[in-house]
Amino acid sequence: MAERSFAREVEDLKLGEGEIFRGEGILAITKALLQSGVSYVGGYQGSPISHLMDVLADAKDVMEDLGVHFETSASEAAAAAMLSASVMYPVRGAVTWKSTAGTNVASDALSNLSSGGVTGGALIIIGEDYGEGSSIMQERSHAYAMKSQMWLLDPRPNLPSIVKAVEDGFELSEASNTPVMLQVRIRACHVHGQFVAKDNRRPAFTLKEAMENPVRDVNRIVLPPASFGHEKDKLERRWPAAVNFVKERKLNEFFGPETGEIGIITVGGLYNGVLRGLQQLGLADVYGESLVPIYVMNVAYPMIDDEVIAFCEGKKAVLMVEEGAPDYIEQGLNTLLRRRDIQTRISGKDVLPMGGEYTAPVMLKGLTSFLEAHASPLLGNRPPVPDPSPVLSDERVKALATVVPPRPAGFCTGCPERPIFAAMKLVEKELGPHHVSADIGCHLFSILPPFNIGGTTMGYGLGPASASAFNVEAGKRAISVMGDGGFWHNGLATSVGNAVFNKQDGVMLIVDNFYSAATGGQDILSSRADNPRRKTNNSIVAAVKGIGATWVRQIDRTYDVATMRDTLREALTTKEKGPKIIVASSECMLNRQRRIKPQFAAAVKAGKRMVKERFGVDEDVCTGDHACIRLSGCPSLSVKETDDPLKDDPVAAIDNSCVGCGNCGEVSEAAVLCPSFYRADVIMNPTGWDRFLASMRSKVIGWLQRRRESRRVLFAEGA
Amino acid sequence: MDDASISGRARLSTAKPVTIAILAMGGQGGGVLSDWIVALAEMKGWVAQSTSVPGVAQRTGATIYYIETIPGDANREPTLSLMPTPGDVDVVIAAELMEAGRSVLRGVVTPGQTTLITSTHRSYAVAEKEKPGNGIADPTLVISATDFAAKRTIAFDMEAIAAKNGSVISSALFGAFAASGALPFTREDFEAVIRTGGKGIEPSLKTFAAAYDHALAKPKIDPKPKADKHLPPPPERTGHPVLDALVSKLKSSLPLALQPMAYAGVKKLTDFQDPAYAGEYLDRLAGLFARDRQSGGEVHGFAFTAEAAKYLAIAMAYDDVIRVADLKVRGSRFDRVKKEVGVKGDQILYTTEFMHPRMEEVCGTLPKGLGRWIEENKGLYDFLDRRVNKGRRVKTGTIFWFLGLYMVSGMRRFRRGTLRHAREMAFTAEWLDKALALLPKNYALAVEVLKCRRLVKGYSGTHVRGISKFDRVLSALPLLETREDGADWLRRLRQAALLDEDGIALDGALKTVASL
Repeated sequence: MAERSFAREVEDLKLGEGEIFRGEGILAITKALLQSGVSYVGGYQGSPISHLMDVLADAKDVMEDLGVHFETSASEAAAAAMLSASVMYPVRGAVTWKSTAGTNVASDALSNLSSGGVTGGALIIIGEDYGEGSSIMQERSHAYAMKSQMWLLDPRPNLPSIVKAVEDGFELSEASNTPVMLQVRIRACHVHGQFVAKDNRRPAFTLKEAMENPVRDVNRIVLPPASFGHEKDKLERRWPAAVNFVKERKLNEFFGPETGEIGIITVGGLYNGVLRGLQQLGLADVYGESLVPIYVMNVAYPMIDDEVIAFCEGKKAVLMVEEGAPDYIEQGLNTLLRRRDIQTRISGKDVLPMGGEYTAPVMLKGLTSFLEAHASPLLGNRPPVPDPSPVLSDERVKALATVVPPRPAGFCTGCPERPIFAAMKLVEKELGPHHVSADIGCHLFSILPPFNIGGTTMGYGLGPASASAFNVEAGKRAISVMGDGGFWHNGLATSVGNAVFNKQDGVMLIVDNFYSAATGGQDILSSRADNPRRKTNNSIVAAVKGIGATWVRQIDRTYDVATMRDTLREALTTKEKGPKIIVASSECMLNRQRRIKPQFAAAVKAGKRMVKERFGVDEDVCTGDHACIRLSGCPSLSVKETDDPLKDDPVAAIDNSCVGCGNCGEVSEAAVLCPSFYRADVIMNPTGWDRFLASMRSKVIGWLQRRRESRRVLFAEGA
Repeated sequence: MDDASISGRARLSTAKPVTIAILAMGGQGGGVLSDWIVALAEMKGWVAQSTSVPGVAQRTGATIYYIETIPGDANREPTLSLMPTPGDVDVVIAAELMEAGRSVLRGVVTPGQTTLITSTHRSYAVAEKEKPGNGIADPTLVISATDFAAKRTIAFDMEAIAAKNGSVISSALFGAFAASGALPFTREDFEAVIRTGGKGIEPSLKTFAAAYDHALAKPKIDPKPKADKHLPPPPERTGHPVLDALVSKLKSSLPLALQPMAYAGVKKLTDFQDPAYAGEYLDRLAGLFARDRQSGGEVHGFAFTAEAAKYLAIAMAYDDVIRVADLKVRGSRFDRVKKEVGVKGDQILYTTEFMHPRMEEVCGTLPKGLGRWIEENKGLYDFLDRRVNKGRRVKTGTIFWFLGLYMVSGMRRFRRGTLRHAREMAFTAEWLDKALALLPKNYALAVEVLKCRRLVKGYSGTHVRGISKFDRVLSALPLLETREDGADWLRRLRQAALLDEDGIALDGALKTVASL
C-alpha cells in the first residue's frame, strides 16, 4: 500500500533484449537485478532508494515468473542478514537501503557476512544520502568497505554504467567470494536516462534447491579458529582475486590522452562533475573528449595499485577527486606512491574541500587551483567561466536574502501528527518545557517552526532509548517520541524493552500513522490495510504490553486535541513509575487522501449521499494574531491581507486544499483560541429528508435574519 | 599553451546543452513538469537528462529539479551534469514568487543568459504566517532582484490560471515555458506531450493554452506590494436620515483628508452597535482633533487624529461574545460561506462553529454589577465556570443553535451596560489619556502611543497576551517621553512585540531602551 501505484514502472521491468528502458537510475538498478538472475531481494525503504522497494512490491507477477523472492525487511540489519543465503549456496542476492544510516544498522550482519565470505553473488545497493536533499548525518559509506573488506563500486552516473555495475558487481562478488557494495548518490538515483535492456534471467540455482539440499562448512562460520582463517583468506586470496577481476574486466576507465603532464583520478560517481568543470575551462567537451588524462575509479575500493601506478608514473601531478571526509582514497594513494617511491605530486583535499557536496562551483574552483599550480600553460587563454558573483553581490540581491523565507519540509495538509504536537504545545504551556527525545520519521518535523519541539535524534527507533539516562528523581519527566516505523524497525526491543526492563520513568509517545510514511507510505506490521502478501494489523499496544509495559494508552483519533493533551498531562503527572506509553493513531493523510478521494468521487458520481467537510475562517471574527497558525503550520491554513482599513495584520484563511481533518477546530477549542473557525459540511446528493429539513430550517432562519436586518440601520455594503 | 593542446582545443566540440532548473515546493508538480520537458525533448530526438533531490522536501519543502538537453548525435553520447552551475542556466522555472527569489539567491539566474519563468502567486512560508503581526515578505524586493538578475522574465499568476482552468500549476508553467521559445519546438509538440499523460489531459491542455497565450500577450505582470485597503470618502447620501446626520456630522467636524478613515470607523461602529454609538465615536474624535489642533497638529498633518480615527474605532468595536454571535448569524455570512466553500446546485451546506466560552465571557456579557459580583465570589465563579467552560460545537444551520446565537447577538441592545463594555471603555480612556498627556510635549510619540493599540487583539488567552505586550511596550514611555527619537523607539518596540508570541524580541528591545 505504498502512497502511489508503480504499475507503469512494473511494465518497465518486463522489457526484453534490445528494448529501450527510460526512467530513473534506481529503477534501472531494479531492472538490472532481474537481468542478472538475482534469486532474492530485500531491503529497507528510505530516500533515495525507496522506489526500488516500491516497484518490486508491486511487481508480484514479474517476480513470480522469474522465481525471485522479494522481502520487505524489518530493518537494514534484517536485510543484510538475509544475504547469508549466498554464503553456502550459489544464489545471487541483493539488498538495498539508505546509507550511511542503513549501513550503520546493518553493520553487524555485514561484518559477519564478509568475514566468512560468499559463494553466490551478494550485492548491497546503497543510496548514498549525501549533499543537497539529504536527510541524514553527512558521512561516507566508504569506511564500511574498508573495515570489512567488502568491495565498493561507485559507477559513473549514467544508466548504462549503473546497470553494468550491477551485473559486474555480482560477478566480482562471486569471483572474489566477497560481498560487494554498489554506491549510488541521490542525484544518480533520481537521474532520468536510458539504456538498452536485456531479457530477465531466471536464477540458475534456486532457493528451493538450496533448502532441499542443505550444505554446511564450519570454516565459513565466524567462530575461532575459522574467524582467524577468514582474515587471512580475505587478505591473501579474496583481495587479489578481486583486483585481478577488476583489472581483467577493465571495470575502471581511462579517458582523455594517454599521456600528459598531469592527470585526474576521480571516483565514477563524480565523473560528470569533473567533466563539466573541465568543459568550462575549455579542456573537455560535452561528448566526453578531454585534453586531460582521467582515470575513473568505478571501483572505489579496493584500489587497483598497478592501474594507479601506471597512471601516475611520468606525471608531474595528479588530482584525486573524492567527496566527503576523510580522504580515504587520497591517503591510500599517497601511501602507495610513497611505497613505490614515485614522486608524482598528489593533490586532492588541498584544493577541494574536505567536506560537503562537490557542486559545480566547488569542482570548478578545485580544478582551477590544481591546474594553475601544476599545468597553467594548459589553461591557456581561458574562456570566461560561469560566474554568478556579480549578481550575488548586487545590493538588490543582497536585500532579497532578508526576505526569502526558509521553506523546510513540514507536515502535510491534514497530517494526523500535527494535533499531537499541538497538544504537546498546550501541555508545555501548562507544565513548562520538558526534555524531548525525538526519533526518525515525519514526526521529526516537530523540531521546526511552528512547534519547535524535540531536543535530540539518535537514530531510527532509538527515541525512547535516547532518553534512558533521564531516569532519576526529578520534577519533570522526559518525553520521547517514536514513529510506528521506528517502533517496528528497532524500537520495540531497543527502546520499549529497554525502558520496561530499566523501569524508565518517562513518557513515550508512539506516533502510529498506519504506514512507514516518511519513506513513501510502505506497509509495516501495524498497518491497517489488508495486504495479501504481508501480515498486517498487528497491534502496537499488544506488542508493548507483551513486552511488559503496563501504563499504556491508545488514542484512536489524534485530531482529538483535548484528549491528546489530557492524556499527555496524565502521563507526565501520574504517580505510576516505569514507562508511560501513549500510542497515538490516525492514518497518514497523504495516503488516506490517495485512498479515499477516488472512492468519494465515485460515490458522489453514483448519486450516493456523501458529506464533504472542510474548514474556513470568518474573516470578520479573525483578529490576525495567528495563534492558530503557531499551533498548526498546516499548508492549507495561511494568511491573507484584507481590504478592511481597520485591520493592520493579515487574517487567517483556509484554502481549498483543506481536507477537513478537524485540527483547526479542535485546537481552537482546546486552546480557547478564537471562534473564527467553522467547519463546512456540504451534503452532496442530499436525500428527500435532507432537503425537507434544510428547507424548513432555512425558512425559520431566513425569517429571523430578515427580521433583524429590517430593524437595523446600516450603511450599504461596499459604500 | 603548447601546440598539442591548441590542436586539442580545436578538436573539442563547442556544443552545449540547454540547461533548465525548476524550483518548486513539494506537491506542486515539479516532477510532472520535469518529466514533460524530458519527454518532449526525447520525442524530438534530443537527449535529455533530469535529476532531482526530493528527499523529504516532497512534504511541502522547497526543492529543485534540473534538466539538461541537447540535440541527439548518432555517433556519440553526451555526458550531462547532474546539477546546475550557478551562472550557467538558460531557463529557470519557479512555481512561486519566493522560489523565484530563491533561484536568484542560488546564483542560477544571470543577466546574460537566463530566462526566468515564474508564477507571481504567494504560498506563505511558516516563518511568514506564524508571526503575531504581519510577517509577509515584501514582493517588491523579489521583483527588483529578478528584474535585474534575469535576461528576460515571464511572470504572472499562473496558479490563478491553473485554478480557473481546473488544473494544477505545472500545466501553466509548461505553457509559459513553451511560449518562451527556450526550446525550438512547436506549441503542438508541447501539447502532444501533455496528451501522452494519464489523467486530467483536457484541463491540463486548457491551462497550458491559457498560460501560453498570456505569456505572449502580457509576459510580465508584477504583483502588488500590498492589498489595497477599501477607504472610500463618505457618501453624499446614504438613504437613511439617521446615517445622513452621522455623515454630515463627520464632514463638519474633520478635515477632508481624515474623513475616509473616520467614515470607515463610523461604518464599523454602526455595524458593531448602532448609529448612536458611531455618533459617540465622532464626538470623541472631534475632542481629540481639537486637542490635536491645540498642540500644533497642523504641521504634522493631524497625524494624531488620523491614527485616532483608526484605533479608536478598533478599540470601541472590541471583540465580545455578542459581536461574534452577531457576525455568525447574519444572512450575508451564510451567503459568503456558501461562495467560499463552492456549494453547487442542490448541495446543502451546514456550518459548525468551534466555540469555547468561559465564565469570564459570560460575566463580561452580564450587567456590570452582577458580572463583577460573580467574579468576586470565587466559589460561585468556579462552580459556574465548571459548567460553562468547555468546547461547544455550534451547528449554526440548525434552529436550536441558531436561536441560541440569535439571542446572544440580540443582547447588543444591553451592551453598553455590560461589564465588558465598562472595562473596554476604561482601558480605552486610560490609553487615550496617556497619548493626550504626551501630545503637547512629544507629538510623534503620542501618535505612536495610539498605534500601539494594534497589539491588543484576539480572544481569551491571546487577548490577555496582547494586553500584556501593550503594557510592556508602553512601560517604556517614561524613558522615552523626553527623547526626540522617542517615537522611533516606541515604534521599534511595537514591531518587536509583533515578532513572536512570547515577546522574546520585545524583552530584548526593552533592554536596549533601558540602556539608552
